[in-house]
This record gives sequence, structure tokens and C-alpha cells, in this order.
Amino acid sequence: MSTDVSRPARRGTPPPAMRQDRRVPRVFYLMVLPAVALFAVFHTLPLLTGMFFSLTNYAGYGEWSFVGLQNYVNLFGDDRIYNAYGFTFLFAIVSTIAVNIIALAVAIALNGRIRFKTGFRGIFFIPNILSILIVGYVFNYVFSNSVPAIAEALGITSLTTSILASPDTAWIGVVILSVWQAAAFNIIIYLAGLQTIPTELYEAAALDGATPWKQFTSITFPMIGAFFTINMVLSLKNFLQVFDQIISLTAGGPGTSTESISVLIYRGGFQGGEYGYQTANAVIYLFVIIAISFIQLRILQRREASF
Amino acid sequence: MTATSQSAGRRVLADPRPDDVKQIHRPDRRQVNWWLTALVAVCAFTILIPLYLTVVTALKTPDQLGGTGFGLPTSARWQNFAEAWTLTSFPRALLNTGLVTVGAVLLTLLTNSMVAYAIARNLHRRFFKGLYLYFIAALFVPFPIIMLPVVKQTAILGLDNQLGLILLYTVYGLSFNIFVYVAYIRSIPLELEEAALTDGATTWTVFWRIIFPLLGPMNATVGILTCLWAWNDFMLPLVILSDPSAQTLPLAQFIFQGQFNTNYPVAFASYLMAMAPLLIVYIFAQRWVISGVMRGSSK
Repeated sequence: MSTDVSRPARRGTPPPAMRQDRRVPRVFYLMVLPAVALFAVFHTLPLLTGMFFSLTNYAGYGEWSFVGLQNYVNLFGDDRIYNAYGFTFLFAIVSTIAVNIIALAVAIALNGRIRFKTGFRGIFFIPNILSILIVGYVFNYVFSNSVPAIAEALGITSLTTSILASPDTAWIGVVILSVWQAAAFNIIIYLAGLQTIPTELYEAAALDGATPWKQFTSITFPMIGAFFTINMVLSLKNFLQVFDQIISLTAGGPGTSTESISVLIYRGGFQGGEYGYQTANAVIYLFVIIAISFIQLRILQRREASF
Repeated sequence: MTATSQSAGRRVLADPRPDDVKQIHRPDRRQVNWWLTALVAVCAFTILIPLYLTVVTALKTPDQLGGTGFGLPTSARWQNFAEAWTLTSFPRALLNTGLVTVGAVLLTLLTNSMVAYAIARNLHRRFFKGLYLYFIAALFVPFPIIMLPVVKQTAILGLDNQLGLILLYTVYGLSFNIFVYVAYIRSIPLELEEAALTDGATTWTVFWRIIFPLLGPMNATVGILTCLWAWNDFMLPLVILSDPSAQTLPLAQFIFQGQFNTNYPVAFASYLMAMAPLLIVYIFAQRWVISGVMRGSSK
């Protein structure tokens, strides 16, 4: 990670060529202005109009009037909202931990003394080039038809009904699909990190009689700290937005047991006539995401600094 | 990351061919760990099994389904593909997805790199520094948060179509792309540009003739990531597109699923056809794709 990005390379004095030529900055302004304008129109403006409509009772069509903070008050007494946040967080935390453990293990194995490295690496990346929605439909078939049939043949009665059919286990199916898909990208990031570690370190450690576990905790893990941070932050952020997986596997069901925040905003906002109410939900969601990102970065940076 | 390890990392990642060639032709002096190889192979099966299931199911007749679904079809029914072809309007969806993906990748490469260049070379100016932080801050705003207003807005502007999607992928990619481009551009020495500027070249010329070609490896990374995103994305087409004739491949699968959810062989034939184009490209460009993604992460 380049930490020097935000620091000006030539503090104070601009490059000579730019100092002589006063027209240069204007060209630079021309280069960025269209992008800034489009970004403001398609990103910042919707964010602000969303905040505005969160103070109204707008249904997405027809008339609306101001209701003050009523939407926010209602949010805190809404079981469906609590349920969506509960499910999303349970899912996101379990998936983030699972995907990072699995991806790191696979990456270390792929970086080890194995044959057909390039081929295996190519296979493990395949899930990342496939549409989650489509893979989700295939997994739906596996969970509803294949797994019960296998369980029946093996006599495992607890798995003879589809895990997606029970409100208590459906979320596990969503986790499995998400981890299967997300591991691909994380493996590649960890591999990139592992390749920055000089092999001499391991040779020296082996000479000193360090066990593989000791080598992992003292060399591998500290050396890929920055990559661990990226993966944890990105995985959690992506999983908190879970949408495609839900649509293809459970459609939020059974009941509303696997309804994520994104699915709730989509359904309530577009189909339920809750436009104003769901924009209020989105505003709360934004603050939650920002708070989590800061907490996560703070914790992970402190951990990195202590090495 | 230290400067030395980063430059070592970049050498390995930015230039995959010589290293890969080396990897293959260099006799491995260390002993191969066959147990680990076998373990990795078993893990690799978990990736391939769903793909295998997709292929065999796509070839079956409905009465062959039953059981675990992993059995080979007794007789291949190619008719499934023909039915999926017409039922999902496959050629149209493929054309839409291709158009949106190519459009988004080209527009992203041409515009995002230019914006990043202007920012990277002026980070000491307060305005550009502010812009940089403005774009990066947007990384903390997931799309679902702005989804409802964006849909209203694109509908009002008449952008509820393929063009709107291209524009949105380009605009929403800015945050991340600027982040990786700026880091890369700042590693390019200024001397080249200064020499060209003193020779009378304009900043435009400097960017398009000198900097843009030098961005090759980063363009590959950004292009690959944008391509994967635009091709496979489901949420944006779902909420933005209003005309059924604009449907992209993932959206077509979703609509199809809603109408014919019990006809598994035809559905799976349709999934296979939707996944095939990118899979085929990937098989041939695998090393290039992976090294591109790796390069993005080491920035």
C-alpha cells in the first residue's frame, strides 16, 4: 500500500515547467471538471436528495409532505429493520472471517512447494469472473436438490430437507455461496502479498529450527499485514451490501429471515411505496457503514503498527 | 510496505511473462510437496463441481433430473440451448451486455486516467487535493444508499438505458480507479514531462503521448476490473433499465427464472450460455487477468 499518496511529492515548490507556464493549471482544471460535474450529479446529488426525501412521506409517486424526523423515529420501532440489520451483520461478520481464513490458507498452499501452481491459481480465480446471481441459481439447485439427495443416501437426516427452506439455516447457504465467490479475489490478493516476502526469511527461520506455525505467526502474517487489512475492510464492506446472493438463493426468505439491508431498501423503496421511509433507512445505513469503516481501519492500523 | 519490497513486487507483477517463463523452465530445486498438491487439488474440486453440475444439467431432459443431479446425462439434449436461446432473447442480452461492458471499459480508461493524471500532478494544490479526498470519500458510500434517488434521476434524464449504465459504471468507478491510478502516476518521474513541456508540447499532448502509454499495466488492471464488474453486475441493470429490450445477461436470467423456474435443464443451458463468453476469454487470458488483478492490489 502506498501510504505516501496523500503527501505532496515536491512540498512547496511546483515543478519548474509548471511554474513558468501559467496556462498549465487551466488545462488541468479542464481535465477534471467534466468528471467532477458528473460525479456530483450522479453520486453527491442523489445522496443529498435522499437525505431530503428521508424527511418526507414520499411513496415514490404522487404527492408528499414533510414529516420531520418521523421516518427515523419509526425506523427504531420497526422489527423488519432490526431483522435486516441483524441478518446482514451476522452474515457479513461470519463471511468476512470465513473467507479470510480460507483464502489465506489456500494462498499459502498455492505459494508452497506444489506442482501445477499456475493451473490451480487459474482455477481458484474462476468464481470471480462469474456472475454471483447465476452462480447463486446453480447453488440454489445444489442446496435444494443435490444436498438433500446425498444426505438421504448417506442417512444424515438433518440435511434431508433443503437448508434454504428453514429460517434458521437459510443464512448458512448465503454464507457458503458468498465465501465460495469472494475467496477467489481474496486468494489473489493474499498471493500478491505472499510473493513480496523474500524466501531468505524462511530459509533463515528453517535453519533456526522454527516450526511452520512459528514461521507463519512470526514471518508470513506480519509481512502481509497490509494485504490482510485490505481484505478485511473490502470483504466486510462488500458483504454488508449483500444483494445478488439473496435474490438468487432465498429471495429474502423463508419469511424475512434472510432479508438484507440492500434487499429491504430495494423492495420497500420500489415495490412497497416506502420511498421516503427507505431513504431514511439508507441514511442510517450510511452512518453505520462510515462508523464501521473508521473503527475497522483504526483497529487494523493499530495492529499493523505494533509489528 | 518498504520501497525495496514494493519495487521487487512490481517487477514480479508488472511483467508476468518473463517470470512465468522462468517459473516453468527453471528446474525446481526444492522438493515438490505432493501431499499439499493433493490437498489443493481437492479444494480446486469445490470450484469445479458447480461448473460441472451446470454443464451436465444443461444437457439433460427433465425426466433425467432426479437424484443428486451429478450423474452424467444418458443422452445429451442440445435442444435445451436452442430453447434458452429464444426464451431469454440471448442474442439481444449478449449484445446489450457486450455494448455496456465495452463502452464502460473504454470510457473508464480514457476519462478516469486523465482525471487521475490531473490530480496526481497537482496534489500540492489545495483544490486538487480536495478533489482527491472527495472522490476517495465516496468509497464509503455503498450504492444501495443512493440507489432510490439515482433511479428517479436517471429516469428523468432519459438515461434508463444502456447509455446510462455505461455512464454510471464510469462515474462510480472513479473513486477506486483514481486511487490506483494516482499512486501509479506518482511513481512515474516528472523529468519526461518537463522535457516535453520545455520542447513546447501542451499538457494534453504530454498526457496522451507520454503518460497514457506509460499507464499500460494500470490500464490493464482497471480495464479487467471494470470489465468483470460491468459484465456480471446485476443490481444496476435491475434498477436502472426500464425497457425490456435493454436487458443484460444477468438481468435476463433473473426474468427467466421468474417465469420458468421449474424448467431446470433449459435454465441451466441459459446460465451456461451467459457465463461462457467471459469464461472462454478467461481461459485464454488467465495469466494476464490474474497478474492485472494482483497489480491493483499491490498499489
